[in-house]
Amino acid sequence: MLAPAAALLLASVAGPGLAQKMDHSQMDHGSMAMPQEEDHSAHEAPAQENSAADNAHAGHSMPASDDGIPKGVAPAPPKDHAAEAYYSPAEMARSRAAMLKENGGMTFSQLMLDRLEYRLGKGADGYHWEGEGWIGGDINRLAFKTEGEGEIGGPLESAEVQALYSRAIDPWFNLEAGVRHDIRPDPQRSYAVIGIEGLAPYWFEVGAQAFLSTKGDAHLRLEGSYDQRLTQRLILQPAAEVNIAAQDVPELGIGSGLSDIELGLRLRYEFAREFAPYLGVNWERKLGDSARYARAHGDRASVTSFVMGVRFWF
Amino acid sequence: MPTSSSIDRRSLIRGTAGLGALALVRAFPAWAQSGSAGLTPAPGVLSGEQIALTVGESHFQTGGRSAHAITINGTLPAPLIRLKEGQNVRLSVTNSLKEDTSIHWHGLIVPFQMDGVPGISFPGIRPGETFTYEFPIRQSGTYWYHSHSGMQEAMGHYGPIVIDPAGADPVQATREHVIILSDWSPVHPHVLLKRLKQSGGYYNMQRQTLAGLLAGKDQSAKERLEWGAMRMDPTDISDVTGSTYSFLVNGHGTAENWTGLFTLGERVRLRIINASAMTNFNVRVPGLAMTVVQCDGQHVQPVETDEFQIGIAETYDVVVQPVEAKAYGLIAEAIDRSGLVRATLAPRIGMAAEVPALRERPLLGMKDMGMDMSGMDMGQGGVIDLSQPANESMAGHSMKMLDPSVAPQVKMGPGVATLSPMPADRTADRPTGLENVEHRVLTYADLKSLEPFKDTRTPSRTLDIHLTANMERYMWSFDGVKLSDGAEPIAFRHMERVRVNLINDTMMPHPIHIHGHFFQLVTGKGEHDPVKHTVNVLPGGKVSFDITADALGDWAFHCHMLMHMHAGMMRVVTVRHEGEAA
Repeated sequence: MLAPAAALLLASVAGPGLAQKMDHSQMDHGSMAMPQEEDHSAHEAPAQENSAADNAHAGHSMPASDDGIPKGVAPAPPKDHAAEAYYSPAEMARSRAAMLKENGGMTFSQLMLDRLEYRLGKGADGYHWEGEGWIGGDINRLAFKTEGEGEIGGPLESAEVQALYSRAIDPWFNLEAGVRHDIRPDPQRSYAVIGIEGLAPYWFEVGAQAFLSTKGDAHLRLEGSYDQRLTQRLILQPAAEVNIAAQDVPELGIGSGLSDIELGLRLRYEFAREFAPYLGVNWERKLGDSARYARAHGDRASVTSFVMGVRFWF
Repeated sequence: MPTSSSIDRRSLIRGTAGLGALALVRAFPAWAQSGSAGLTPAPGVLSGEQIALTVGESHFQTGGRSAHAITINGTLPAPLIRLKEGQNVRLSVTNSLKEDTSIHWHGLIVPFQMDGVPGISFPGIRPGETFTYEFPIRQSGTYWYHSHSGMQEAMGHYGPIVIDPAGADPVQATREHVIILSDWSPVHPHVLLKRLKQSGGYYNMQRQTLAGLLAGKDQSAKERLEWGAMRMDPTDISDVTGSTYSFLVNGHGTAENWTGLFTLGERVRLRIINASAMTNFNVRVPGLAMTVVQCDGQHVQPVETDEFQIGIAETYDVVVQPVEAKAYGLIAEAIDRSGLVRATLAPRIGMAAEVPALRERPLLGMKDMGMDMSGMDMGQGGVIDLSQPANESMAGHSMKMLDPSVAPQVKMGPGVATLSPMPADRTADRPTGLENVEHRVLTYADLKSLEPFKDTRTPSRTLDIHLTANMERYMWSFDGVKLSDGAEPIAFRHMERVRVNLINDTMMPHPIHIHGHFFQLVTGKGEHDPVKHTVNVLPGGKVSFDITADALGDWAFHCHMLMHMHAGMMRVVTVRHEGEAA
């Protein structure tokens, strides 16, 4: 299928395109159309079949109604319940409520640590985690996300928690809104969050989140990843993340504009769908003022790490 | 594929070694025991006017997988109930579970308040209680019964019903066996459903891979990109697969080798019931032709075939006539080829038929997406040439997979990922995966009812129902609306005759079942159109049936893939006298 490099490239361009993807008509009708529409005139079909096909297509009617059966009028659905003539209405109401809940109205949940990894590179070894969870129905869910990292034996460098309301807005994408709180770095900071995440054409997992802090600074984060199945259980996942800031935030070491970019390539083996150890590489690069702040702080602007970790969920 | 076949091999070895031990912890009713001589004479069959059933919990194991099961009178499958047309029956059902239970008599024409669907026909049976069903038997044929509570059916709560005709049986057979097909997972069905909600492809271990592409298997890179652009997976044949399911004949896996006996020269009637929660099967008896004589309990004009696909909840009665005194395999293969079960028909116990290799997993195609190209030159091997330039010659009809104008009645939203742009009547098509097998394959169009149908009126109106889904979110519905969304009942006037069109907007077959009624599948046989209670609507296709709403009351109408029903693919159908709507 796609070479990993091409996939990475596509994943990274999928992010900036998201604003456009939020437009439903674009998503449904533009990207979901067949890559190429069929050319019917190019094929010779018997005249009889042609006319039958034309009839069917003209009004999208079913051939069944071609038999001269009228559409007719359905009776108004009754509001009462037939079984109440035989059984206690209270008992029927109880069982009916259970039945309705059971057939489409159940609540589900998931807790996932997408990355829990050890990072080896120049300098001190580090750790990193990224996880999320949700509970709810098909459309409305409560979700949380968390990520953070630090040096082994050193202090926690960053730790972020988000609490979100997530709502399915179309077959593929969820709109999310809520709050984010960064426990680290110091000073702690809180943000309002609005975002979108979902599955883009070609099976790219993409997400975009905008943050506005209580101090008034605004940020944008774009993420994308792709699962390339090498075999049924061995999966290569290129991933990309880009952070953009509307202004300098010197106390957090963030410079305005494109502040950092992160690319990763992880190879996981799914012993079970829920449990997959992995190996990979991760490259982070701070750009512009962010890079300057990092250097001034004695850190490198570019960090490449070899990572090993585990992905698990339940 | 590697996974499931290695499991099969492992379980085969273990099963052979531990057959004796297994037998100790496995309880079967006599008819379902291996080495059964058949139904006549059969000890332990429940007959007569008073029948007592107790629903309870037991332990069950097969092929090295074991877990709690829900059983009736301690067995899985449940006891055979054998009745006679014209009799009355009282079935007292005692619930010894810690949760509510119920029994629905699948295919039996009963008063609606005896139909056994909690919340629609009655309140259900609470723990410790006994409920007595009572109704006259107005029909004959092969049927079955199962729970309509929770997902107990997936845990073993199912059994066969055989009703002998009041007069002579038009089917001439010297011996008969009940063959109940099912799927069994040690994982609780609620967990199976949760996994599917978390990850729609969780159980699919036969997806397309890069390794497969390099080996030249499956779709070409170009096709993969085209399908990827639509976020559609051509390997999405079954939701729950052999990666967790063991497939069973009468509660026996391949290793346990359920064996039904015959004597050479006999005509053996197999009453085949698909009691699976989530598995459609391809059924064959290699080396023997099968003569289909009944479908869904209704006699059909005998038609010979070599293989047929049985949708969940359908029944097929076939007659086979062994030509040698050897072991014949009865093979039920899951349609995604993630596993199969072999049972044996043999002249004596102790023989085992060959276990055939799993055939190649099928791939879905354009027709499964609801793009009927039948009017067009399909090119070699049915491959569509997408390299032809696009063209507007189809009167503005585009090939978009989610064009709301093709189905104005469908409520669009997250639960509807695709709409079939050109759904075809596929009742004459070979079902998924059997398109190219080299022997005869039964299609619905091959079925003709033995007797002309009693109601020959032309339907007075039509009703379209779209089967809708989003596989990624694992949402299933009718017309984009789940039952739990406050869906209105589907109303019929008493005795009106209605043409119902089921349009499958998904890429999976859906066995659609209506309670309390039979319908005539519109296949151009007129008054001999086959009469059924469940119809498997092929992917991207449509099915029309004519129904006479002759059974007053409220009834369930749903997809019989248990997890689809539980995701919301269900409705209440209500039949009332004209003008009775409150």
